[in-house]
Amino acid sequence: MKKNVYSYSSCILETLPLRVQQSSFSSTFPGKRLGQAAWSSEGFGSHWVRSVSVDLNNDASLVIDIPDALCERDKVKFTVHTKTTLSSFQKPEFSVPRQHEEFIWLHDTIVETEEYAGLIIPPAPPKPDFEGPREKMHKLGEGESSMTKEEYAKMKQELEAEYLAVFKKTVQVHEVFLQRLSSHPIFRKDRNFQIFLEYDQDLSVRRKNAKEMFGGFFKNMVKSADEVLISGVKEVDEFFEQEKTFLLDYSSKIKDASAKAEKMTRSHKNVADDYNHISGALNSTAADNNTAFKKHLEKYAEVFEKLRKLEDRVASDQELKLTELLRYYTRDIQAAKDLLYRRARALADNENSNKALDKARLKGKDIAQAEENQKQCLQKFDKLSESGKKELTSFKARRVVAFRKNLIEMTELEIKHAKVRRLKCCVYHYMFTRQCSGSHGKPGNMREF
Amino acid sequence: PDEGDIFSEEGSYVRSDVHHTTNGLHSDEELDLFTGISLHRCTMTQSGDQFELNIAVTNPEKIGDGMNAYMSYKVSTQTTLPMFLNKMFSVRRRFSDFLGLYETISAKHSLLGCIIPPPPQKSVVGMTKVKVGKEDSSSAEFVEKRRAALERYLQRVVAHPSLLQDPDVREFLERDELPRAVNTQALSGPGLLKMINRASDAVNKMTIKMNESDNWFESKLQEVENEEQLLRRLHAAVDSLVNHRKELCSNTVVFSKSVAMLGSVEENSALSRALSQLAEVEDKMEQLHQQQAFSDFFILAELLADYVRLLGAVRYCFEQRMKVWQRLQEAQSTLQKKREAEAKLLWANKPEKLQQAKDDINEWESKVSQYERDFERVTCTVRKEVLRFEKEKARDFKQHIVKYLESLLHTQHRLVKCWEAFLPEAKAIA
Repeated sequence: MKKNVYSYSSCILETLPLRVQQSSFSSTFPGKRLGQAAWSSEGFGSHWVRSVSVDLNNDASLVIDIPDALCERDKVKFTVHTKTTLSSFQKPEFSVPRQHEEFIWLHDTIVETEEYAGLIIPPAPPKPDFEGPREKMHKLGEGESSMTKEEYAKMKQELEAEYLAVFKKTVQVHEVFLQRLSSHPIFRKDRNFQIFLEYDQDLSVRRKNAKEMFGGFFKNMVKSADEVLISGVKEVDEFFEQEKTFLLDYSSKIKDASAKAEKMTRSHKNVADDYNHISGALNSTAADNNTAFKKHLEKYAEVFEKLRKLEDRVASDQELKLTELLRYYTRDIQAAKDLLYRRARALADNENSNKALDKARLKGKDIAQAEENQKQCLQKFDKLSESGKKELTSFKARRVVAFRKNLIEMTELEIKHAKVRRLKCCVYHYMFTRQCSGSHGKPGNMREF
Repeated sequence: PDEGDIFSEEGSYVRSDVHHTTNGLHSDEELDLFTGISLHRCTMTQSGDQFELNIAVTNPEKIGDGMNAYMSYKVSTQTTLPMFLNKMFSVRRRFSDFLGLYETISAKHSLLGCIIPPPPQKSVVGMTKVKVGKEDSSSAEFVEKRRAALERYLQRVVAHPSLLQDPDVREFLERDELPRAVNTQALSGPGLLKMINRASDAVNKMTIKMNESDNWFESKLQEVENEEQLLRRLHAAVDSLVNHRKELCSNTVVFSKSVAMLGSVEENSALSRALSQLAEVEDKMEQLHQQQAFSDFFILAELLADYVRLLGAVRYCFEQRMKVWQRLQEAQSTLQKKREAEAKLLWANKPEKLQQAKDDINEWESKVSQYERDFERVTCTVRKEVLRFEKEKARDFKQHIVKYLESLLHTQHRLVKCWEAFLPEAKAIA
């Protein structure tokens, strides 16, 4: 049964507009068996969703997914589809088109909302990055004259597969962002979130791009200042003291691991590419040959083609289970750190308000104002601390569960791939040696397998 | 037997267990030496009887110091052939000895139409590192590469039925001390290639009138030239594989360390343990990738490099036939001139010079006859050689692909074991 419809509106080398559709129940399909799902293109995508953040979309009162997306040049248009029983929405089911910038707008408005200061804000999805496949596409276009028709067709097919992979990843990461919001008791009620889901006109946020860039730059500067701040502030709460130490350390280590995982995965992809070239070169040599050797060469080309496919799968599964996991949690850790920064600022404000109150009392002036200010700062700080503690505790649990799930799945996939590769090699080995004279038909060292 | 059937095995090859260690064998036991070799060859002599002949090149040893130092290799032979004095024996040889052997063989056999296996390439850079005493992995790799190449070279030489009969080959294998080969500069690596290319340029410049049967030669030569180019491309692709595999090794090690660091800060103790176990698994992965890179190189890359050079040797063989033909042409034209000279003398009525002219004609007639026979023989030999070469090539490639599959099998098997050991650790996270 084909669960998935991938349709290409057209794949012209220059523009490559690409349309991806996932079946609408993919995101709500719980606990699908990894083995079967692994090779269906939507299977491992949705499973990744489940793995990275395991408590999403369990509540039928607000269900969000991205069933469709269209890619044209640099712009990706996501179709955000909502199904809800909540009365705050105008219709029970509706869809709107959204671009990446609109997701960023939503994220930023939530970050800027004072009420949410005590919550971990789900990290913004990264910008769709088609640079890799795009570069490859240029190379393909340039090298067209030096390849045979079959090679060109094969490379084009692989290129499309790569585009598709990047595409799926970006759809998933945007989908998870929305689902984190919808499954959170407080965020799901956010007015801007509702607008984002419902408003069927353009949100006109693209003007913000320039402002966004500056805003982002400024935010980073403020962040490093914050880092100094939270390391400098005297912490009274044991819980937060430990969290601070842990998050600061963990953050740099996971960022590093994520980068190193990426490099490792890329090496795997390079090896797969090489197998591809070897297979192609063997086929070329076979095509030119007129002796009995020709058939041998074609067989060898087949072997290397199989090796390529298997290596490719190892690389992509490793990327999805390991590299993407590390990337996602690098961002999530940052969101947790942001919470700590906000609390640290509130603590600093609290201390400053205490000092201001003392000063006011000393001077005998504006005491009521200072008292009010101090009361508010304390309230804010207490609220932040209370909700912060809850959020950070559930974050811990979420992280451990996600790591567990992904590591198990990755390991199972590695075992599966190695077994398949082992079997294939065994089969070919047997085929090539079976007519050896006498008892040497089955080489002795095969028995251990 | 159908030559086109990839699965048919001609000649008799006794397969022993595949040898996977990285260095030359160091065992003192002569017997152990040969159980490590990937195949035992049964040689057919002219009489059709089967005899055994195995050659191994092992135990590289550096003799001397500084720029005069050289590597000495142990060449061991095990055989049942009666023409050798003993059944098992070994000698020590240096690289220039192998080049000298090539020179000798080439001088004697190339004009007979034999395809002479080319020797391994000289490498100034590689050898200098070794001489200077750099004890790093790249010079160890260089020595191993050379050792293996010398071994393959000798195995190819003795696989050739006529070369095996050559007393110089026997002497190379058996005699304790060989006279030092000089003038090997011209004959290795770039020097050899230059010589081959010069010869083919000369041939191309000649306008040749060939008869029908030579269409086979013309088209075969074209095939050989095309295949040489294609194998170069294939070799480049395998080279790239080797490099990327090595990159994968270093990236894996780096990742492993990074995961270990992450595990050390992880507050959840079960997850922390799992992460440090993952780091260890990745370490093991790196070792497996290393072994695989070794196989990629020694099984695939070197095979292709050898065949690019062997195809060059085939081209050279064709050119040598051209030379023989050319010699025949020149003799025929000289004979023609002598006959014209005789006719002139008859007409000019100078009887005293006539006898000389007649003698000349006889001399050249017998030369032409000789050269005609030579040319026919060379033509026949080259055809046989090419067919033999093609059979060898198909067999060689198949054996190497089989070996490569075995190396992959071993790697995948260990991979499965590694990950299966890790799985309970991952499941234990709570």
